[in-house]
Amino acid sequence: MSEDSGGIVQFDNVGLRYGTDKEVLSDITFTLYPGSFYFLTGASGAGKTSMLKLLYLAQRPSRGMIRMFGQDLITQPRSHLPDFRRRIGTVFQDFRLIPHLSAFDNVALPLRISGMHEDEVRKPVDDMLRWVGLDHRSGARPETLSGGEQQRCAIARAVIARPEVLVADEPTGNVDPDMALKLMRLFESLNRLGTTVVVATHDVHLLRKVPDSLIMRLDKGRLSDPTGALRYPPRREAVRK
Amino acid sequence: MSLPGFLRGRVRLGGESARILPQARLSGPMPWVIAIMIALTVIAVAMGLALSNLARNAQAEIAGGVTVQVVEAAPAERERQAETALSILNNREDVVQVRRVPDEELAALLEPWLGNAAADAEAIPTPALIDLRLRGAVTDGRLEDLRAALATAAPSARVDAQASWLAPVFSTIASLQFLALGLVVLLAATSAAAVWLAARSALGSNQDTIEVIHHLGGTDGQIAGIFQRSIASDALFGGLAGLMIGFAAILLLGRQFAALGSGLVAGGGLNPLDWVIIAAIPFAGMLLAVVTARLTVLAALRRIL
Repeated sequence: MSEDSGGIVQFDNVGLRYGTDKEVLSDITFTLYPGSFYFLTGASGAGKTSMLKLLYLAQRPSRGMIRMFGQDLITQPRSHLPDFRRRIGTVFQDFRLIPHLSAFDNVALPLRISGMHEDEVRKPVDDMLRWVGLDHRSGARPETLSGGEQQRCAIARAVIARPEVLVADEPTGNVDPDMALKLMRLFESLNRLGTTVVVATHDVHLLRKVPDSLIMRLDKGRLSDPTGALRYPPRREAVRK
Repeated sequence: MSLPGFLRGRVRLGGESARILPQARLSGPMPWVIAIMIALTVIAVAMGLALSNLARNAQAEIAGGVTVQVVEAAPAERERQAETALSILNNREDVVQVRRVPDEELAALLEPWLGNAAADAEAIPTPALIDLRLRGAVTDGRLEDLRAALATAAPSARVDAQASWLAPVFSTIASLQFLALGLVVLLAATSAAAVWLAARSALGSNQDTIEVIHHLGGTDGQIAGIFQRSIASDALFGGLAGLMIGFAAILLLGRQFAALGSGLVAGGGLNPLDWVIIAAIPFAGMLLAVVTARLTVLAALRRIL
């Protein structure tokens, strides 16, 4: 795998196993290009969540090579990983909002972790909450938010720091079709600004809502390439439109 | 649907680390555990310092101190030998101060045990006492020299260093000082263990929050900082409360000992520097708690990627 392949994320022959069990991901090889939009599909248990864990650096692979932002991730010392994580936005399937923080503080968290001064936090967070329709609930704790509101809050938190890669696990699972469409438009807008988006979903209707998206399909821990985009990736300029 | 304006440019990162989480409380009784530990430490340290002062003052007081007893049953001969010994001692260059203890003072010292009979030299013969102070330290050689000087003129004279009588007292004081030091070390270790347990417990109960901060790019230092701030405020509160309790105990004990009216105990007071050391204990405790919490949290975080 060459360094100048232009990929923002590169997996080369990656395998993942938990403990001594058999591999949940095997021989995964692909390249994600900056500014591209990917759907990761597959049946339940196919390994989508494990793949996303590798993407948002919650797991190291058992074998193989991963490069991210042009750097070899496998050889990075643990202390360097936070810098990588700050360039990745993650929408967890179970939202993982911090229960004792308000919606505002949950959304502000990535900015505060990044060291943004408190005076500069309020406006972007207010704008973001307004954009996802939660401006009237900014002071509410997650337990008082509906499932859809929690989902929007989680998405707002994932994108507030303008990540270079956005990883979303079933991001529209708890919202109505209108909100699902709205959220996909948000992802598309971010994508158009250069953010590489990876959305794991089993909702085939979503795939049609983003016409230029590429599809990665996992089947029993192995990656298939139904659109050929992984084997024959589109030219970078084309991906960036 | 257009994006919020700020998303069109990269957010500015860096700068001062702002509040990440509200105070992550450690287990409830923590401040009170720290208060008790600090109170006990304050008392132990005060005890150690007072004993140290007592030993130092007593040693300074009896340094060079020698007692000459003329143990002679016949009062006239006792008186003669005592006066002769006094004269010889007064003429020695290595003697700084000589004082014959008056018979009335001797009788008053013995009165609690012997009653009025102590004043009657005929009824109970008591030795004549001469209190003297040598220039420099008292050594066995110097004592032998004194004995030789008095041997002919005052054959009934017995010469002893005052320090030798108080040696068991100094030994006991030294043991008590070691005990106080041991107590301080044990209390520090117990406090650290309590903080370690509390930090582990807090880590367990905040596991999800920690993982989220971790996944959002929080560093180990930032996460440890959350716990450090929490334990620092708990330790400061507990430490100051413990200091107040400790102060009260010291003042109470000080009054009790002062009421004894003992010359030896009177030398065991605390000087201004001692009070400064005692006042610094809560802050030392806070530092110990913060360092313990940080090391505990960092060690636990190293187990996750």
